[in-house]
Amino acid sequence: MKIVVCVKQVPDSWAEKKLNPADNTLDRDAADAVVNELDEYAIEEALQIQERLGGADECPVTVLTVGPEKAIESVRKGLQMGANEGVHVVDDALHGSDALATSAVLAAAIDRLAPDLVLMGSESTDARMSVVPAMLAERTGRPQLTFAGKVDIADGAITVQRATDYGYDVVEASLPALVSVVEKINEPRYPSFKGIMAAKKKPVETLTLADLGVEPAAVGLAGAWSSVQEFAARPPRAAGTVVTEEVDGGTKAADFLATQKFI
Amino acid sequence: MSEVLVLVEHADGDVKKVTFELLTLARSLGEPAAVAIGDVSDALVASLAAGGADIVYVAAGPEFGEHVVAPKVSALQSALAASSAAGVLVPATAEGKEIAARLAVRTESGIITDAVGVSAGFVAEQSVFGGSTMVQSAVTTGTPIIAVRPNSVAAEATAGAGRRVDLDVTVTDADRAAKVTDSVAQERAGRPELTEAAIVVSGGRGVGSPEGFAVVESLADALGAAVGASRAATDAGWYPHQFQVGQTGKTVSPQLYIANGISGAIQHRAGMQTSKTIVAVNKDAEAPIFDLVDFGVVGDLHVVLPQLTEEVTRRKG
Repeated sequence: MKIVVCVKQVPDSWAEKKLNPADNTLDRDAADAVVNELDEYAIEEALQIQERLGGADECPVTVLTVGPEKAIESVRKGLQMGANEGVHVVDDALHGSDALATSAVLAAAIDRLAPDLVLMGSESTDARMSVVPAMLAERTGRPQLTFAGKVDIADGAITVQRATDYGYDVVEASLPALVSVVEKINEPRYPSFKGIMAAKKKPVETLTLADLGVEPAAVGLAGAWSSVQEFAARPPRAAGTVVTEEVDGGTKAADFLATQKFI
Repeated sequence: MSEVLVLVEHADGDVKKVTFELLTLARSLGEPAAVAIGDVSDALVASLAAGGADIVYVAAGPEFGEHVVAPKVSALQSALAASSAAGVLVPATAEGKEIAARLAVRTESGIITDAVGVSAGFVAEQSVFGGSTMVQSAVTTGTPIIAVRPNSVAAEATAGAGRRVDLDVTVTDADRAAKVTDSVAQERAGRPELTEAAIVVSGGRGVGSPEGFAVVESLADALGAAVGASRAATDAGWYPHQFQVGQTGKTVSPQLYIANGISGAIQHRAGMQTSKTIVAVNKDAEAPIFDLVDFGVVGDLHVVLPQLTEEVTRRKG
């Protein structure tokens, strides 16, 4: 069985982010770049499945990313954690791609790699749209097993617990399939020193849009099907009232709620 | 006037509040047309008419809920084909966004998610980067598909004509790829859903323990609110993950958000900063959450909350 984990390099989710006024895209130089946090859970899940299924020979794990030169760091992180090889789709035409274009490029790469299982985080911490997994399922014709909090694989079938607002749904499909994970699924490992050293020797294939047969005009800022027209810093909220009042704090808060007609 | 489709969210025979908000929004953009999928009763259709739908497209039948998302995409796509609508509004819930995502691929249309407003010409307003930046975006290709956050607009009850149109939807084998075999409901204690609730009461590190959440829940119940938790609290195992508010959890935008024992790191702010009114209780006067609040109490939540709960109960009495 072959697994591909899709990862995205994002600005550190704990850093303040901003848009670049030149083309209304995310200013990726304004914050440190890291692997999207939920994608680390996807890598971990892939490695745990690999361990259950008998190791790298039986179940190789490939880390796939689409992004600028620098995004190779996120592939490296996956290799350091224990994935076996990497694929980096990099092309100048990709800058400013929307979720639809990104999903089209990922779909082309997945069709080429033809894994039994695609794993990814359910959301990126920068765009936070949470739509690429569903788009990818649509484009690749794979069963959509998104928001998985638990994954079981047996005899070519896959079962996940899909997180819902009220609990979870049990969802079954046959492989090949696509899974996005939520953070309760596992606890991602930290790369070991041995893992970091070993990662340096692991193969990373670099692909261009031409390699994947994707038209450059269909991606990037010009190929986007929606566009940011303008943006502005939100005016800071007007300073509120803060009282230091332990004994009567609850009553004071109730007074406030009453003035606002909440009670 | 062109139709504007609204994907109906409903459960147990009741239309969810966000649907009425979207119908109100649709009326400002064109002729509101609801698309009701799944277990659709006459009462549900009537309720949509009363809530403003001029047309109600119906794709009824159990098969739409038996597989993940895709059959509903086919139903919505069929409504779009039948209506030549100018735009599609869906609730920005996890499933709403997935349906929108697949519809965008199928119909080669642009998509905008997490809008907090939509104005003429389907220009969507979004609040991004933890609420620090407001962005105006528009779809430039195909039919605009916009996922709108619950509580973005106030629902106005202007009854619509409510003409029912039954759709003939073909659910394909591909739509049936991921089968839902069971639905497990976890403890909800009759509280409103987190992303839809008008009031959310949350607890964080300052709550101190799983048992500590009792004071948070009591206040929530007194106010008829949903309970949320910060990542610190869910990571510590004090409260279930599905109630996490923040960057890797749910985004909420209620009328009132009460943060208790939550410092207000960007991780959390990203999930609640568009709340209309914000109240915080925290022992640390320097906590960044106090920069956001309309009203804050510096004090121990285990003292403040029980008193607040008692006052709320008494005054609502």
